[in-house]
Amino acid sequence: MGLVLEKLAARFGPEIAATHSNFGDDTALVRRERIVEILTFLRDDPGLLFDFAMDLTGVDYLGEEPRFEVVYHLYSLRMNHRVRIKVRLHEDDPVIDSAVSVWSGINWYEREAYDMYGIVFRGHPNLTRILMYEGFQGHPLRKDYPKAKRQPTIGPEE
Amino acid sequence: MAVNRARDGAPGYALTTLESMVAWGRKYSLFPLTFATACCGIEVMGALGTHYDLSRFGAEVVRFSPRQADVLLVAGTINYKMAPVLRRIYDQMLEPKWVISMGVCASSGGFYNNYTVLQGIDKIMPVDVYIPGCPPNPEGIIDAVVQIQKIIETGAPRAAERWPIK
Ligand code: SF4
Repeated sequence: MGLVLEKLAARFGPEIAATHSNFGDDTALVRRERIVEILTFLRDDPGLLFDFAMDLTGVDYLGEEPRFEVVYHLYSLRMNHRVRIKVRLHEDDPVIDSAVSVWSGINWYEREAYDMYGIVFRGHPNLTRILMYEGFQGHPLRKDYPKAKRQPTIGPEE
Repeated sequence: MAVNRARDGAPGYALTTLESMVAWGRKYSLFPLTFATACCGIEVMGALGTHYDLSRFGAEVVRFSPRQADVLLVAGTINYKMAPVLRRIYDQMLEPKWVISMGVCASSGGFYNNYTVLQGIDKIMPVDVYIPGCPPNPEGIIDAVVQIQKIIETGAPRAAERWPIK
């Protein structure tokens, strides 16, 4: 277990559901309740200093329970290390606290995950679709989005 | 159009109708608006460039204002988000106007059979000439322009006059 995961486990032991360091990539599966606290700790701890949220994405594990997953990829420019944080969310309640207050750059990633998977980021300043247009129906990257589904063809607004 | 030249070299005269005279002028001064959203646009540049030289057919003055253009050349993938924009541009063009759908993407969605791509621009506007290919080569574009010229010359009905197809 890498240093990052050790620090995380020491501070948030019961919040961590699982960890691994396969191929040298530190990964922690955490519970969603205190996610903002965990991310703030990763950003601010003098030994961690994750100042760069490289990516946030959603995953749909259709048929598994919990169905959805949110993945954060974090990088520290000063310490030159990385960590991957994963959170599982249930299908009937795909809600997680927004991390925009921790890294403002994560804003558009959260909107993308909302747009594509319908994951709701509680407390996001502007949680609207970012790639699709407003009249789009459904969340296209969900595995149960019908492949041949067509959207209504929209005309120019009057 | 009948042209008769006197044998002594004096200027002759031409007999024609006003319609065919107008059509003749129109045919050699097409102003295309290239609505290039993807890779097909690169082939349009090739067709307009010196090697293929679309200006030989009088259609090289590209207008990026729809109000000054009379041929809409849709070159590229059109998705649902872009569709209303394209339709608005079409509506802004003055009559008479013609539409060329270039490439499989614009014509039918092509291999983008997915959640976001419009399956053919003829869902939202009349199309006069389709160019097959992915991408069509510049000869295809030249051929489409010549087809448009034929439509103008012969006074054949434009697609707009039989649209929407029921
Ligand atoms: S038809 Fe082919 S070349 Fe043209 S826009 Fe589509 S993918 Fe690109």
